[in-house]
Amino acid sequence: MSNESAGYKVEVNFDLCESNAICMDIAPEVFEVRDDDFLYVLNETPSAEQRATVEDAVSRCPKQAISLVDLPSEG
Amino acid sequence: MSAPVRSLTIVGASLAGLRAAESLRRSEFDGRISLIGAEPHLPYDRPPLSKQFLAGEWDHERISLSAPDKFDALELDLHLGTRATGLDVAERSVTLENGTTVSSDAVLIATGARARKLGVADRPGLHVLRTLDDAIGLEADLAAGPNRVVIVGAGFIGAEVAATARQRGLEVTMIDPAEAPMIRGLGVEIGLVCGEVHREHGVDLRLNVGVSDILGSDRVTGVILDDGSTIECEVVVVGIGAIPNTEWLEGSGLELDNGVVCDQTCLAAPGIAAAGDVARWPNQRFGELMRVEHWDNAIDQGTYAAKRLVAAETPEPFAPIPWFWSDQYDRKIQLAGRTKPGDEMMIVDGSIEERRFAAIFGRDNKLTGVFGMNRPRHVMQFRRLLADEASWDEAIAFGQS
Ligand SMILES: Cc1cc2nc3c(=O)[nH]c(=O)nc-3n(C[C@H](O)[C@H](O)[C@H](O)COP(=O)(O)OP(=O)(O)OC[C@H]3O[C@@H](n4cnc5c(N)ncnc54)[C@H](O)[C@@H]3O)c2cc1C
Ligand code: SF4
Repeated sequence: MSNESAGYKVEVNFDLCESNAICMDIAPEVFEVRDDDFLYVLNETPSAEQRATVEDAVSRCPKQAISLVDLPSEG
Repeated sequence: MSAPVRSLTIVGASLAGLRAAESLRRSEFDGRISLIGAEPHLPYDRPPLSKQFLAGEWDHERISLSAPDKFDALELDLHLGTRATGLDVAERSVTLENGTTVSSDAVLIATGARARKLGVADRPGLHVLRTLDDAIGLEADLAAGPNRVVIVGAGFIGAEVAATARQRGLEVTMIDPAEAPMIRGLGVEIGLVCGEVHREHGVDLRLNVGVSDILGSDRVTGVILDDGSTIECEVVVVGIGAIPNTEWLEGSGLELDNGVVCDQTCLAAPGIAAAGDVARWPNQRFGELMRVEHWDNAIDQGTYAAKRLVAAETPEPFAPIPWFWSDQYDRKIQLAGRTKPGDEMMIVDGSIEERRFAAIFGRDNKLTGVFGMNRPRHVMQFRRLLADEASWDEAIAFGQS
């Protein structure tokens, strides 16, 4: 389970997202809702250390718009 | 020092219970987790029940709270479709309706709440909305194209059902004895704005009047109001609040008073915690006993309480800022904080006329809450100020910056 490389990617379904910025509150290094009221993913491949925080954001998104996709592990 | 917790029973297989289990597995807890749920269904999400599901847009699969592979990976000892009937606090053992007893090192109570009913006989056409089965029944009645739907109670559930029924092209009357819709959550001023939004969408909104009886014995034919008038309809939806599911705990020795009463770390007894709609605990930040019926709180508290039960050290008290959203028509309503009647109110962005605005609330020179209608970002910004315990003056200055 504990992979050395981060090994995952953040994906947002923008059809579901309604820019309520919950994710930004939890993980501001990864998510930002800007003045134009759109959500921007600042870092699509956060570090392994950030994963728990990003998973928290995934589960707290009221629209279930965020998902983490496991990337094929190198080597 | 007590022995480490190696097994946990979670009673209530919905939002708080499932997210609690998930968070434990994420933190590498590999002991047994037993999940007990009265409903036969795998955990599903309730907010869409009054929105996309009731509109006929989303199906059962779409509202699942966990993809099947992710759910299986939790490796739960699952008991669905059977109700817990008792708890032995000292033994931490839970007895089930089907005769099974599940004993663990710790127990998380997450049995939520159920819809309050009117106190009249059940009959076809008369609905409440809390569960998937409720929603399936109501959706079928709406799809049959009734001439009129009457909503009893203009709280959040009632208002959302009104909006969805209007979007389906149905005639809707919504009745509430209060002077404004959603008054308990939003206060009079904002509640009345929301009431106007409903009127603009063609809802016949009747305030300051209650319902005294439901007509029709084989099937609903109408309602009688307090003022003696009657309204003909084929469908009635009752949305008059929720009651915490604590009956199964009577006689257990736990303190039950409008929920399971806990300490500030959500503990109801040694090794027993409660979370979600069923839990009542002293929220230090507000200095009051709180029971919160919001989606976000169920996750936050479920996660917190699970950790509380298995962690070696006692965590900081659970002191969140309540936050919820409600979708009605194309308006997205959000409220963060704890407002009371008589709080000052100030519009900090947009305008009521545009139906797109943010308003803040304050009392004793303290910011107490923020409301947004199609203003999500503002709500989150002020929610952060609430977390920092900003003064009213600071909040106003921020709003003008
Ligand atoms: C129609 C609807 C729309 C909503 N919309 C919003 C919204 O837009 N925004 C928002 O913030 N919140 C909304 N909510 C509120 C939100 O869904 C709840 O706060 C949340 O579901 C609470 O989760 P919970 O796990 O604490 O309790 P619940 O979801 O009530 O789950 C408790 C579970 O425990 C089970 N149970 C009860 N007794 C027993 C027993 N003795 N043994 C075993 N199992 C038992 C129940 O069957 C149930 O499945 C809505 C609620 C409803 C009903
Ligand atoms: S929490 Fe979900 S809905 Fe809200 S901004 Fe983030 S992705 Fe969008």
